[in-house]
Amino acid sequence: MIEAADLSLIDWSRAQFALTAIYHWLFVPLTLGLSFIVAIMETQYVRSGNEEWKRMTRFWMTLFGINFAIGVATGIILEFEFGTNWSSYSWFVGDIFGAPLAIEGILAFFLESTFIAVMFFGWNKVGKKFHLASTWLVAVGANLSALWILVANAWMQNPVGMVFNPETARNEMVNFWAVLFNPVAVDKFLHTIFSGFLLASVFVMGISAWFMMKKREEWLAKRSILISAVFGLLSSLMVAFTGDMSARTLAQVQPVKFAAMEALYDGSRNAGLVAVGILRETDEKIHTEKNVNDFVVKIKIPSLLSIMTGGSKDTYVPGLRDLIHYGDTTRKILAIPDMMQRGQFARGVLDDYKRARMLGITEQAEIIRKEYFGSRAFFDEYFRYFGYAFLSNPEDAIPNVPVTFYSFHVMVALGFFFILVCMLALYLLFMDRLARNRWFLWLMLLCIPLVYISSEAGWVTAEMGRQPWIIQDLMPVSIGVSRISAGSVMTTFVLFAILFTALLAAEVSIMIRQIKNGPKH
Amino acid sequence: MMGKPEKSTFSAAARIFRFYYDGFTTMSWWGKRVWVIILIKLFIIFIVLKVFFFPDFLRKNYDSDAQRSEYVLDQLTLTTPADD
Repeated sequence: MIEAADLSLIDWSRAQFALTAIYHWLFVPLTLGLSFIVAIMETQYVRSGNEEWKRMTRFWMTLFGINFAIGVATGIILEFEFGTNWSSYSWFVGDIFGAPLAIEGILAFFLESTFIAVMFFGWNKVGKKFHLASTWLVAVGANLSALWILVANAWMQNPVGMVFNPETARNEMVNFWAVLFNPVAVDKFLHTIFSGFLLASVFVMGISAWFMMKKREEWLAKRSILISAVFGLLSSLMVAFTGDMSARTLAQVQPVKFAAMEALYDGSRNAGLVAVGILRETDEKIHTEKNVNDFVVKIKIPSLLSIMTGGSKDTYVPGLRDLIHYGDTTRKILAIPDMMQRGQFARGVLDDYKRARMLGITEQAEIIRKEYFGSRAFFDEYFRYFGYAFLSNPEDAIPNVPVTFYSFHVMVALGFFFILVCMLALYLLFMDRLARNRWFLWLMLLCIPLVYISSEAGWVTAEMGRQPWIIQDLMPVSIGVSRISAGSVMTTFVLFAILFTALLAAEVSIMIRQIKNGPKH
Repeated sequence: MMGKPEKSTFSAAARIFRFYYDGFTTMSWWGKRVWVIILIKLFIIFIVLKVFFFPDFLRKNYDSDAQRSEYVLDQLTLTTPADD
């Protein structure tokens, strides 16, 4: 037998990946959203011919360019980490990530070398309409580029469209469309890009508010706030709508994460949604080891969780205890111990296959391969629970509840707060009272860090909430990790922390300088 | 017959080159600054990190795909459940 991976190695590997992903995500959403805001501004310029719109476009395009340039290639490090720190996972994933990441790479290359060059170098060298088309193509291309990464991430949350090859120990894609239109991928893509649009809108509103406080560039600031508040309001409503779509999908494919997001231990019909709550660890056990986190205080919206999950207040929403003991028969979700048994059976079959091959009993190996791994029923009934074979206790399938709960609620609360901010900004703008309400200008400026916190909290919910899985139900992080020394992972963790902090400091300082300089005359 | 397309291909290539050349040579302060950062960053990522700190674990330790498969199969079938 092989000893389970050292916990400090797993923790450092996870911490390193989290650090890289969190820093990477500081750059990405602004690119996704600001590209569209710039395209809208340039469209106004081309339609009106007013040179002020051009100044405005070029100013925001500069900030877009700084963010894009500093952020570019920070995601590549995640791919390095797959090969070094998560080698078993990378091998097991097989070609599933190959196609989406290749498309992303090609798209990004052509986008960056062609249309971004036209955006920045093409003023007065190419026609207005061609330039505008390039700006729109950058916006569309950047968002399509994100699509493929999110498709890959969604596959880890809900693996579909593949078969497992026991000979190579790799998954092989058999249905590209199932991977692309994975319900988690659809929800995730829409939710993520709209959240990026919202982030960029809040960013533009905040910088514009600063100009208004300084009584500089008021024409530009007011129009920037108008465009970004409308764009931000529509985006934030779409974020809420797509978040609601995700709830239904999560309840089906990641019910444990869904229950953890609400710190729901005992399920019920007519389940309410916790709007605000503070948790406290109790001595009570979920099952045998992990403690229950009870609410010190909470404000609950009656029935809403049931309605979000199944469209009716009569919908039963299982809690963490229910998922351990009974599962959810209405959604055909097995109890965790049942899944563990099925996972162990699938693992036993794989072990038999491996031994038969090793001993040269090729006939038996071939029979196992055909009867089990060639059968859809075996995959659907047993192999899909393969990862549960590595759990020693059903509670191991439960993530850190407080982290999942708080990150989710911070994201949601700030999301709704930004809807109000966008609405209030538009109201004050139309009433011509924006400049007089300095508190609101300050609030818009302070919303910039808040929107980043909200955006990162969304990813913390998604990734911490699916623990212990690196691939949902198929592979826990303890199996995906490479058996390297924890010390080397710590070293690169520190290197990344320094590198990314330096990049962030460079971006912020260049951006502040450009903002202070303001648009060129 | 062959002369015209070659000439136009050449002139298109020259125009594209000129476009990028002019763009880079007339770049603003912030443009130059971010290009320096990009180049330093790419050097650190691809030369320092990739070469010295991020070798591909399976490629480094195993010579063939068959050996890599065996290694991962062992991980999948022989690893004991984690205590925590």
